[in-house]
Amino acid sequence: MTTQTLTTRGRTDRSGATRATRRAEQARARARQRDLVLGGGRGPRVAAVTILVVLASLWLLPMLWGLITSFKAEQDAVALPLTLLPESGFTLDQYRGLFAAGNVQQWMFNSLLVAVLVTVSTLAVAAPAAFAMSRMDFRGRSALMILTIAAIVVPPQLLIVPLFQQMVSLNLVDTYAAVILPQLVMPIIVFILKRFFDAVPRELDEAARIDGASYWRLFTTVILPLSRPILAAAAIFVFISAWNNYLWPFIITTDPALMTLPVGIPNILDSYGTFYAAQLASSMVAAAPMIVVFVLFQRHIVRSVATTGITGQ
Amino acid sequence: MTTPTETTGRVPAPDTVPVPKAAPSSRPRLWRRVTDAPLSFLMPFLLVYALFLIWPLLSGLWMSFTDVSLNGAGGAFVGAANYAEALGDPMVWRTLGNTFLFTVVTTVPLVAVALAMAVLVHTGMPGQWLWRLSFFMPFLLPVATVALVWNFLYIEDFGLFNQALRAFGMEGLGWLTDDDVALWSVALTTVWWTVGFNFLLYLAALQSIPDHLYEAAALDGAGAWARLRHITVPQLRNITVVVVLLQILASLKIFDQIYLMTGGGPGDSSRSLLLYIYDMGFTGYRFGYSAAVSYLFLAIVLLVAVVQLWLTTRRKA
Repeated sequence: MTTQTLTTRGRTDRSGATRATRRAEQARARARQRDLVLGGGRGPRVAAVTILVVLASLWLLPMLWGLITSFKAEQDAVALPLTLLPESGFTLDQYRGLFAAGNVQQWMFNSLLVAVLVTVSTLAVAAPAAFAMSRMDFRGRSALMILTIAAIVVPPQLLIVPLFQQMVSLNLVDTYAAVILPQLVMPIIVFILKRFFDAVPRELDEAARIDGASYWRLFTTVILPLSRPILAAAAIFVFISAWNNYLWPFIITTDPALMTLPVGIPNILDSYGTFYAAQLASSMVAAAPMIVVFVLFQRHIVRSVATTGITGQ
Repeated sequence: MTTPTETTGRVPAPDTVPVPKAAPSSRPRLWRRVTDAPLSFLMPFLLVYALFLIWPLLSGLWMSFTDVSLNGAGGAFVGAANYAEALGDPMVWRTLGNTFLFTVVTTVPLVAVALAMAVLVHTGMPGQWLWRLSFFMPFLLPVATVALVWNFLYIEDFGLFNQALRAFGMEGLGWLTDDDVALWSVALTTVWWTVGFNFLLYLAALQSIPDHLYEAAALDGAGAWARLRHITVPQLRNITVVVVLLQILASLKIFDQIYLMTGGGPGDSSRSLLLYIYDMGFTGYRFGYSAAVSYLFLAIVLLVAVVQLWLTTRRKA
């Protein structure tokens, strides 16, 4: 009897579901989840909420403090004792100065260009290779797979010295190509895509092959459309790491016109000296696009991290 | 009435499958051979990996046996001299020690705090998006932003942290200027910055724990603590192994935030091995020596990875 009420309670009539009933249903599901994990008592619930609120406040504090300070005049940013409300009021001066004087717009464009090109090219390189490793028979397939997995462990930071020399000899220092090309080596993406392709039923291949489709056709018309979720997850993962990549773009660019945002921002500060409010404004500008991306794609990002991380298993 | 066919799929079943003969033969035969060849799928991958992974790995190995410098001068073969020097270089051992210390002091909280956050969020409290935003957002920030904001918080006289300490009647700390503290400050920043990644891994794993386990616990009258200890934590054992493994490999590679926050100082108290490798190459102009230290580091990382792999596969067996 009890099990029956449990299962029927969760379901409501689909046709009559308004937004209010759906929200009520979500709240019920949350309450059920809470009782499952915490055991329904009042004490554990209060304790859990308290710890959550404290942790979240601690985690929000640094960015909030930076954000608030970036709207202060310099003398208020370094005032003693600290006050939340600045004596001379909040101001947009730091941001105005940044966009008027710096190369911020150019760096933002560079970051976007590099991140988009790295994302598209990485997938264009990784997806066909993953397909071949998953679906085609050729000599050395397992050796190639082992090499790909071994490459995941190699820290990319270790290759910077020989890569830099390679770029010098190819005359590519201070070019977009030099920033982008080494970032296309992402064995983890090949591995993730291969694992996903492996899970697509073989019967689909056989049907297509009997119909006379080439492997290329099978790949583009059957496998790729089925893989949209994992491709989106991989794309987000690559985009974020390309946008935030610091070391390689920092080493290979000396021309301010070619720098990406994370490289340019600390660079500009030498000319600013120790004007903290201006520094914080520039760091907020560097962070803003990622915050927008997170708000827009929250669900995909969560899934992307979940899938890309768990592949370690 | 299908006859069992071989798994190759080459055997046609003429009665059941209508074969559109016209479609494939209308294309040139050469095109067909290209679109069916494994090499046409692997070519871009092989090219990129050969040029930007294999070649730098090999040329770095060669460089490690020479005395080549940043401007291309030198380049004479010196045998194992660089390796011998590296093993006797106190800075290699010092920075390796710093790297290991950093790895230990970040891995523990980055696993434990992430687990706590995930379990708390998983309890289904309202405001899910707010918790996710608070805990995961920092992970998406560029390292330059993280370093600048935290450097501001760490300032000795008017920084927020020391102001808070003084408000509670404590002494202010030399967060980035005290030899004994600087590495720990960078570690604290790193925990704040990257804990969200592990948090999401745990959150995903928590969602796959079957409800009936908790329902059974409810029948047995188990409270919150018992459920956590006897259901949640044991169910998360596999993912914990993965998180620890990924975290150790990530922490060993510490570079960006140290470079931007302390530059390795004060003195060499927060210098990591990768920072030393970078300094040797790009400010010391000793590419050969830098490459040799790189290969010693790679050996350590591979060793750690192999040991972890061995431990995990043994546990499963």
